[in-house]
Amino acid sequence: MLDKLVNAFGPSGNENEVRELIKKEIEPYVDKIEVDAMGNLYAIKGENPEILVCAHMDEVGFMVVEINEDGTLKFLPVGGIDIRTVLGKRVKVGRNKIPGVIGSKAVHLLKPEEEKALPQWENLYMDCGFTKKDEAQKEISPGDYAVFDTEYTENGEYLIGKAFDDRIGCYITLELAKKNFPFPIAFVFTVQEEVGLRGASVVGNKLPVKIGLILEATAAGDFPQEKDLGRFPAPGKGPVITRLDKRCICDKELVDLLISIAEENGIPYQIKKPTVGGTDAGKIHLSREGVRCAVISVPARYIHSPVSVIHKKDVENTMKLAAKFLERTGGSR
Amino acid sequence: MKELLARLCETFGPSGREEKVRELIKNEIEGHVDEVKIDVMGNLIAKKGKGGKKIMVAAHMDEIGVAVSHIDEKGFIRFGPVGGVFPTIPLGERVEFEGGAKGVVSIEKLYKEKDLALEKMFIDIGASSKEEAEKMVKIGEIGCFTRNAEDLGKRFVAKALDDRVGCLVLIEAIKRTRELPNEVYFVFTTQEEVGLRGARTSAFGVSPDLALAVDVTGTGDTPEGMKMAVELGKGAAIKVKDRGMIVDKRIKDKLIDLAEKNNIPYQLEVLEFGSTDGAVIQLTKEGVITGAISIPARYIHTPSEMCDMDDVEACVKLLCAFLEAEHTL
Repeated sequence: MLDKLVNAFGPSGNENEVRELIKKEIEPYVDKIEVDAMGNLYAIKGENPEILVCAHMDEVGFMVVEINEDGTLKFLPVGGIDIRTVLGKRVKVGRNKIPGVIGSKAVHLLKPEEEKALPQWENLYMDCGFTKKDEAQKEISPGDYAVFDTEYTENGEYLIGKAFDDRIGCYITLELAKKNFPFPIAFVFTVQEEVGLRGASVVGNKLPVKIGLILEATAAGDFPQEKDLGRFPAPGKGPVITRLDKRCICDKELVDLLISIAEENGIPYQIKKPTVGGTDAGKIHLSREGVRCAVISVPARYIHSPVSVIHKKDVENTMKLAAKFLERTGGSR
Repeated sequence: MKELLARLCETFGPSGREEKVRELIKNEIEGHVDEVKIDVMGNLIAKKGKGGKKIMVAAHMDEIGVAVSHIDEKGFIRFGPVGGVFPTIPLGERVEFEGGAKGVVSIEKLYKEKDLALEKMFIDIGASSKEEAEKMVKIGEIGCFTRNAEDLGKRFVAKALDDRVGCLVLIEAIKRTRELPNEVYFVFTTQEEVGLRGARTSAFGVSPDLALAVDVTGTGDTPEGMKMAVELGKGAAIKVKDRGMIVDKRIKDKLIDLAEKNNIPYQLEVLEFGSTDGAVIQLTKEGVITGAISIPARYIHTPSEMCDMDDVEACVKLLCAFLEAEHTL
């Protein structure tokens, strides 16, 4: 299932394929399924849940903005992508997922000043093998989406693929839905997180819950550094718990509960570097009269690029920590 | 008022950790209000009066602070900002953390002044190793700057005047008014400094007809200062506009009218930068008619903010007049 989820085509605003996958998989385990106007998917067990588990379906990607006379495609990023990671990468473009390449001049043709300069989005193009504008127009329109063309693979304990941010959260949420909890729970899969937590903005209005648990992927950065300034979380060293980020000061009691559950059960954990980043919790905790929120993330290297890497153990431990957290909150009743 | 203001300002209360300030305020207003509750975000909501309009008055309890992001091998603390901490401010300041650890802020050797940045700063909590420091603070622990309040006579200096002086104005209005002809909700909000967060959920809960934010505003009366008409000692500032809100003209005019009728000194405020809880209250549900009374203050977001006690008095009087008035909006 994880390979299907991460291979699926789902940039912000075009999450349909991911949503259909999840819907089909989760249907036997829940009592009710709904999709709201934004496209968020709600899978609900029991009546009037007071707790929700949430992960976002969308990934960073691209949008075609114009077709050039020579049949190449002008495009822009959707969500935050480091431009240096896209040169020479394979992409899938449009409704028919046409294979394409983000063109990058061969090293032989580079001028000395070009070698040093950072590329600019307006100078990049996608090459899908079309030779003329009208040829491309038959397959592609401005507004069509594209995503990185990366196939999921495994290397021992390490899982390799695109879009672990946040399909790994979707995967864990899905697996949690298969377990039995003696109280109602809502499993929510949001859209458009990468362009500003947009799907999550309406989740709290739709579901008047008291507690929200957000499952995410967070940037791992266990690289050697010259200065002793603190490293970002490392894959394999456990789920990452957020105390505060740029968008949310997580509920103190819930954070302390997560930490004590981890310690009591011998689950390794890491604390996220505070005051930076943001998740759907940023919107959900400010819904209505307020929702107490906690965030657990799987550390992932190289997120927002064509390929990211996570550790199997972190996925298992995040699932364990989240399940015990749900049990202990008792559905907040 | 000064004694209470000093206690309010000296109390620990960075965004998300307002418990001690809330406790102090709760004790002060108990017996003077009809009902008190604390919501999910930690806002303290006190109800007083009945009939008339449903009015929400908001002042925020939180102050800017820091959060521990890393403890290095020698036990020095690296930190990130909680709210608007300008890099020109923390050097040489003292910090206190949730768990009680105290420390001093300093910086790596600087080669150029323009390299001044929080990332180059650290907090020395007196630990001599990582192990020792880890017993004193945790990653993600929140702290704030500390400084005693100083009574300069007419003027008053303290950390966190933003917005404990606003809290004081609300407390005074609660104590000085008898029966109110409006259903008034005095809301002491949380997490203003990190994005007006407490005001958002409390305004949703209260769902008022009218609202006033009570907060500090900058002044233009210091050497080579900001371009701004507000001056210390010239009265309550009636907000016209800031970065986040254009005040409803009807509420602005009502405040001006009340100030003139009651001989309360006032000035009009147009703030180029900054905003208040009013900005999110105004946009709650189907919209709320919202204004703001501001206490002029110098050196905002430093540990030595300064206000004038006559201005504070004027703000209290203006707020009382507004809450006691009949509103037809």
